[in-house]
Amino acid sequence: MNPPVATPFFFYLLAATMIIGGVLVITRKNAVHSAMALITTLLAQAGLYLMLYAPFVAGVQIILYAGGIMVLFLFVIMLISIERAEKERQFNKQWLIGIVAAGALGGLFIAVYTTTTKGKVLFPEGRMTYGETQNTQAIAALLFDRNAGQYMFAFEIASLLLLVAIIGAVVMAKKRI
Amino acid sequence: MHGFLQYIQSYLDSDKTPGGAGNIFWATVYILLVFGGLSVAVIAMNWLERKILAHMQVRLGPMRVGPHGLLQPIADAIKLLLKEDIIPAEADAVVFWVAPFIVVLAAFTVFVVVPFGPTHAITDMNIGILFMLGVSSLSVLGIVTAGWASNSHYPLIGALRSSAQMVSYEVAMGLAVVSVILMTSLNDQSTGTLSMIGIVQAQQAQGEWFIFKFFPLGLVGFFIFAIAMVAETNRAPFDLPEAESELTAGFHTEYSGFRWSLFFLAEYSAMIAVSSIAVTLWLGGWLRPFPNALSGPTWDLVFSLFPGVTFLLLAAICFYNAARMPKHPLFRVQTIGLAGFGVVLGLIGLILFIPAVRVRVTDIFWFAAKVAAFMYLYIWYRGTFPRYRFDQLMKVGWKVLLPTGLALLILTAVVGMRTELWVELQGVWRP
Repeated sequence: MNPPVATPFFFYLLAATMIIGGVLVITRKNAVHSAMALITTLLAQAGLYLMLYAPFVAGVQIILYAGGIMVLFLFVIMLISIERAEKERQFNKQWLIGIVAAGALGGLFIAVYTTTTKGKVLFPEGRMTYGETQNTQAIAALLFDRNAGQYMFAFEIASLLLLVAIIGAVVMAKKRI
Repeated sequence: MHGFLQYIQSYLDSDKTPGGAGNIFWATVYILLVFGGLSVAVIAMNWLERKILAHMQVRLGPMRVGPHGLLQPIADAIKLLLKEDIIPAEADAVVFWVAPFIVVLAAFTVFVVVPFGPTHAITDMNIGILFMLGVSSLSVLGIVTAGWASNSHYPLIGALRSSAQMVSYEVAMGLAVVSVILMTSLNDQSTGTLSMIGIVQAQQAQGEWFIFKFFPLGLVGFFIFAIAMVAETNRAPFDLPEAESELTAGFHTEYSGFRWSLFFLAEYSAMIAVSSIAVTLWLGGWLRPFPNALSGPTWDLVFSLFPGVTFLLLAAICFYNAARMPKHPLFRVQTIGLAGFGVVLGLIGLILFIPAVRVRVTDIFWFAAKVAAFMYLYIWYRGTFPRYRFDQLMKVGWKVLLPTGLALLILTAVVGMRTELWVELQGVWRP
């Protein structure tokens, strides 16, 4: 029997990477540095998905966020003048509201995690695990299977929403269609 | 000590990849082998590209360093390592420093899942092909940040072109790959797979390479991928990010010495990586040609002799050229060197005839041979096609490859499910 890959050490490493990356995203003045910190955060998040035995989600995370969306982010950032952007006055100085909102959200998380209803916590100790080798197939069955598929409707709605967004972007960007 | 030997031995008896067996020793060995083999392949490609391009243009190519310029790549490597490492003034030093490493990391990490044989891969992942596409798409981040951090106009334009180009062609590439994944699900359980080894095994089970599946659908998918992969690796005729005549050297204009050589290394290993995706998905990976038409133990034996024969042939070419060397005393060292190289190649060929070695190496040989064909194609493209204009590039990506890919995906699904569809339709018409 092999030792488990998902040791606490890796969890803390990835979580620390995410937190440091996240802090850097909002504290760097240079937008490209922020974007690179965000990429680090997203990759660490992919690692966390792997630790949850969800390799498919981790792969999609890398392809879509780190490889696709962040490239477009960088593409846009490079078109703006960094020198001028750095001198501009920051208009997000809302420390007080920010801290209150973050504190409230954190409190909510802790409350949800510790609340017991009928003597049971919301998050049970064990979790549902698919064999790592069948993860992709299990997700496909949950989404599309005729009998066991539960999320077909939600999936289609999300696809429709994205389609509307794509068409909207084309309509707004192009003057003459 | 005995336990350790047993640990090493235990893997050899299993039929898993080192990652699948969880054997750290063999995983390390495989990683070192893949890394070393890749570096040798990049060095060989450097020499071959210059030589083949030269012969296509009726030149001789490198001839001075070593016999027929065989030592030229080593001379180049030493030159690059000794060159001054320049960071432009006003450049973003940290990002400038990190960018080449992102590219190299992305290019080398993908080889974790490349299947050189049913057991000859570092590991087999459930999401193999997804992992390869995802990690190789990270290399564009390195290119973009390199262009931006140089604080110069040409690199910035190169980086912008590169990001637009790679994002565009990734879409078509993904659609072609998905059509293959649909084909893997045509079995009794009707479950497909994303695992690289699983995809090749599906081709083995179905008795044909996916390039011939549902003719011409497999072929069309292969062509879409073959075009998109050239664009993904920024090679001619899609080498706009580094178009020499327009942008000096594109995104790596400001790089020199060791850092530049990292970009070079990454470009070639990325080429090998995407070629091995194409080989795995469409050309049957490690499977030998004609497993059905020419089956049986006799043909198995004949095909397993190929690796050794190939090396003996290379040795014969070396000896022929050594014999043709000018008979001048100045050429004596080169002649002896070439003959010695021939002897080394011949010895490797003879070792490959030993039955124990032959059985283990045949898979790797066929995989490498197919990848080598793609590498030759890359050089051939570069010698033949003129560079695309940027609007033409975008037009091909979005208006030709993308609709074709979508149609291909739908058609593959329809053809693959034709019996089930027929039954369903009959149910609708005759209630």
